[in-house]
Amino acid sequence: MVTRGFVGRRQPPETGARLPPGQYLTDDFPILQIGPNPTVDMATWRFTLREGSRPIKAWSWAEFEALPRTTWHGDIHCVTKWSKFDTTWEGVSFDDILADAGIAAPTGYLLAESHDDYTTNVPVADLVGGRALVATRYEGQPIHPDHGGPARLFVPHLYFWKSAKWVKGLRFTQTDTAGFWELRGYHMYGDPWREQRYIGD
Amino acid sequence: MSSATSVTDPAIEPIVFRWHEAEITAIAPVTPHVKSVRLRCGLAESYRAGQHVDVRLTAEDGYQAQRSYSVASAQDGSGTLELMIEALPDGEVSGWFSHCAEIGDRVELRGPIGGSFSWDGSDGGPLLLGGGGSGVVPLLAMLRRRAQNWREIPAALIYSARTRAEAIAVAELERLAEADPNFSLHLATTREPGGKRIDAPLVADALARIGSPGKVFLCGSNRFVAAASDLILAQGVAPGLIRTERFGA
Ligand SMILES: Cc1cc2nc3c(=O)[nH]c(=O)nc-3n(C[C@H](O)[C@H](O)[C@H](O)COP(=O)(O)OP(=O)(O)OC[C@H]3O[C@@H](n4cnc5c(N)ncnc54)[C@H](O)[C@@H]3O)c2cc1C
Repeated sequence: MVTRGFVGRRQPPETGARLPPGQYLTDDFPILQIGPNPTVDMATWRFTLREGSRPIKAWSWAEFEALPRTTWHGDIHCVTKWSKFDTTWEGVSFDDILADAGIAAPTGYLLAESHDDYTTNVPVADLVGGRALVATRYEGQPIHPDHGGPARLFVPHLYFWKSAKWVKGLRFTQTDTAGFWELRGYHMYGDPWREQRYIGD
Repeated sequence: MSSATSVTDPAIEPIVFRWHEAEITAIAPVTPHVKSVRLRCGLAESYRAGQHVDVRLTAEDGYQAQRSYSVASAQDGSGTLELMIEALPDGEVSGWFSHCAEIGDRVELRGPIGGSFSWDGSDGGPLLLGGGGSGVVPLLAMLRRRAQNWREIPAALIYSARTRAEAIAVAELERLAEADPNFSLHLATTREPGGKRIDAPLVADALARIGSPGKVFLCGSNRFVAAASDLILAQGVAPGLIRTERFGA
């Protein structure tokens, strides 16, 4: 349906090719979250891997920081339509977390759990093979609390609500279990290139 | 849907969002930079105060742009809903609304989106609302909903605007505050002689008027939301009560 008089501000072709459908490019770093930043105490910070309610392994901040580091450079896409190009993130890859825990993923799905009670689901297949980090640095600096520091899940090939801020652990689940936004109508998977914003997209 | 779902909270119904055609039925200036836009559409009777819709504009050649806008109106049986859109310099979508849109024009809407940032009387109170600039829009919808049916629920609005002339719906809010002893308005204007930013005394005053809040909703720029949450947390309000929404940088 055409809207009379709407022309739109086109992107240059090289930008347009890098933007998933319905996204626009921004230079700032917008912030979206359900409540205030949670207070995270580094002295008692733990990152915990669970299967259902059973803990598999937990790391203190020092133990987590001592794991092998991976750097990722590229574009990120938020479901609220902004994309940001050429960002650099550093952290521990999901593969290295599993290796340090000495396990293979016990199920095909998991829920990321955050200090603010936020949750989001991601298939394990989307986290392995170097595709995801638990990030602790952005552009070479510790991640600012506004952007989810000290640690956030980082799954850049999915919409950014999957990259849970202030992550405190990952919980393997038997089935793909909706998290906070997925319960409220957001897509279960969230591929920006297929524009999977909401249920039914 | 690519994968199996199992919804863990049966209280929340699955929602399907589809695009609805919407026709503009009224446009009116609200402040020098903000226009009220009334739209007739199928969504008009099925949202909660505080929720937003996605708006999609399509050019002749198929190019599309989408942005989110909070609904300003409370459901009123008219088959229409109201958005309030601030013209940003060079804004792709807000620019079309402020310079081009006319009664009878058609756009597409989908939603309602944003279940956690929403309120209805049965959610209770007291309600502490904080809005910066156009961030007041979803809070206005909550206050309008409250004024329809729930005036016994105490409510306070902390509202930060650049100037009084730029404050959205300020006359309506002042009328409500005068007529309704359970509602108080705490306006801070930042770019006027004698103006100021929201501060601890202002927040303490708002809390003194309503007592211990049951729900807190904050909306505006990152800076406003961060400042307001810090001030409210410093007054001893539990973080779990606070819901935030941010319109951008
Ligand atoms: C949940 C939610 C609810 C919202 N509710 C409301 C509401 O009720 N009312 C409201 O007014 N807004 C609301 N917003 C904001 C709204 O979605 C839009 O972000 C806003 O209208 C700007 O969109 P635009 O297309 O006009 O501007 P854009 O084209 O996106 O531009 C935004 C700003 O960036 C600048 N800019 C953009 N691209 C470039 C470029 N290439 N170079 C230089 N500068 C550039 C523009 O000058 C402009 O100032 C809401 C946002 C969210 C997330």
